[in-house]
Amino acid sequence: MSATDYDYRAIEESITMGSLGRQVSENLHDELLTLNFGPHHPATHGVLRILVTLDGEVVRELKPIIGYVHTGIEKTAEQKSYWKVIPVIERMDYLAYYFNAMAFCGSVETLLDCEVPKRAQYLRVIHMELNRIMSHLVWLGTSCLDLGAISMFWYGFRERERILDLFEQSSGQRMHTRYFQVGGVMEDIPVGFAEKLRQFLAIMPERVDQYEAILNKNEIVLQRLRHVCPLDAESLMDLGVTGPLLRAAGVPWDLRKHAPYSSYEDFDFLVPVGEAGDNYDRFMVRIREMRQSVRIIEQALDGLPEGPWITEDRKVALPPRHELATSMEALIHHFKLVTEGFRVPPGESYYPIESPRGELGCFVRSDGSSKPARVHMRDPSFVNLQATEAMCQGSYIADMIATLAALDPVLGGIDR
Amino acid sequence: MAIPGAKLPDATGLELLANELRDAQEGSVVDTLHFRGKGTIEVAPAHVRSTLQRLREKGYGFLCSVHGVDYYPEEPRLGVHYELLDMERVDRLTVKLRVSTETPQVESVTPDWPTANHQEREIWDMFGVVFEGHPDPRRILMPEDYEGHPQRRDFPIGGEPILFTIDEAQGTHYPT
Repeated sequence: MSATDYDYRAIEESITMGSLGRQVSENLHDELLTLNFGPHHPATHGVLRILVTLDGEVVRELKPIIGYVHTGIEKTAEQKSYWKVIPVIERMDYLAYYFNAMAFCGSVETLLDCEVPKRAQYLRVIHMELNRIMSHLVWLGTSCLDLGAISMFWYGFRERERILDLFEQSSGQRMHTRYFQVGGVMEDIPVGFAEKLRQFLAIMPERVDQYEAILNKNEIVLQRLRHVCPLDAESLMDLGVTGPLLRAAGVPWDLRKHAPYSSYEDFDFLVPVGEAGDNYDRFMVRIREMRQSVRIIEQALDGLPEGPWITEDRKVALPPRHELATSMEALIHHFKLVTEGFRVPPGESYYPIESPRGELGCFVRSDGSSKPARVHMRDPSFVNLQATEAMCQGSYIADMIATLAALDPVLGGIDR
Repeated sequence: MAIPGAKLPDATGLELLANELRDAQEGSVVDTLHFRGKGTIEVAPAHVRSTLQRLREKGYGFLCSVHGVDYYPEEPRLGVHYELLDMERVDRLTVKLRVSTETPQVESVTPDWPTANHQEREIWDMFGVVFEGHPDPRRILMPEDYEGHPQRRDFPIGGEPILFTIDEAQGTHYPT
């Protein structure tokens, strides 16, 4: 082939973009870009993938894609006797393990019609509120990390560490403690726990003030949060959003107040609400909730009743260790519980509680055997995630990151 | 021990409510159940959307949860539960329906209650209940090309063979 036969210029000019079958806009701003955001991205707070359609820097469409950490815990739970379900259920929403256990135990106790002793209810409240503070601290630290502030993360984890130490003292574990049992709690709190808890309660309000001061007086943080991605209460309720997100929009809905469980009616506390429902309100509601949790724990510790910490019903709870040496009956009960587990009368129950992220409901169906026929968690993160698109449409991509953080999704709970 | 937030309707109130629903639509209510202080209304699958809409007018304005149940070996096997909440009176009500695995069609309530979107997709994924009229009827937790509905009671548990690149290269598809 000679040089003249090969007319490079002619070939080049014959190429048209039209053959790509795609409309290419004259105007740069009309072109939309579809982008995969995640699943491996630190700002998604887990293994969350979001398919965003961007118009320049503005989010036009958003689709969450989940299932990357689906572990089939609900299926696993059907293969285990009721008391062995608790450890797996705790691993769903891994920042709210006491709440998962509470929802499940509450649901099973409803089916059993089993009364929980007052001391156990108070101990549950103490641990759940500590867990709530812990969860909010992790949320605060990681959200600020998304906004580019790293020191908040260290401050938040400093206090979280003290809470985990307390968990370790009462149950031997720092996370996924399996402290709650069907019928009560595993053990009474050890000597020295109350003292250490009081030390924590003494410093915590001051620390919350410090967090608030460091963020609420920071111009950059305020500009990133105020009037960003608001959503009105009506849309939130249609989307089934509960918890701090709904309260931030001005709806004072808190199950601890409206449908008290585990003796929450005994305590005096406020339900913080926001006004505009923007990211700033979502942030402030959680900060204020930490203060209220401290108040609840103080009251529960002061009023902690004496008495048993687990039900006396030997068909449900293990007999005390010392009884095994002397009582044949206790030995039989122990053997039955450890080998087969307890049987639950047939029925269905849905037990909702207020987790740090909203309504956490546990549905349990029993067929009369010692294993549940169905366990389902109505996880607040799973439902709240649907509000992402409504919140972020039309906002900048950087604000989408901040809003995702404000949603506080925990992917372990979403995918279960 | 009662379910928190379930005080009304009591057993009589539940019957009255069920009768009202029956009057509004012939054959909509199949059964009622009052258990541990909480009411459950079982409806015919064909009338679920209209019944939920009627209950919404009566104050049950918040759909908390939609979840599936497999009643194996009972027939009809599959169940869908709708947990309704009345925020004013602080009252909960369960609406449930049963469909068979042969005709698992249920009308989707997502157009009325956007919150049901993800939850109905999960029930389709896990149990194989088909929600007609759902805007985005895809699997949600399992991979899109997955076969079967793993939360059904007769779905086998245990490991699934995983294809590793090294086995594929050696011509053996799955490690034995």
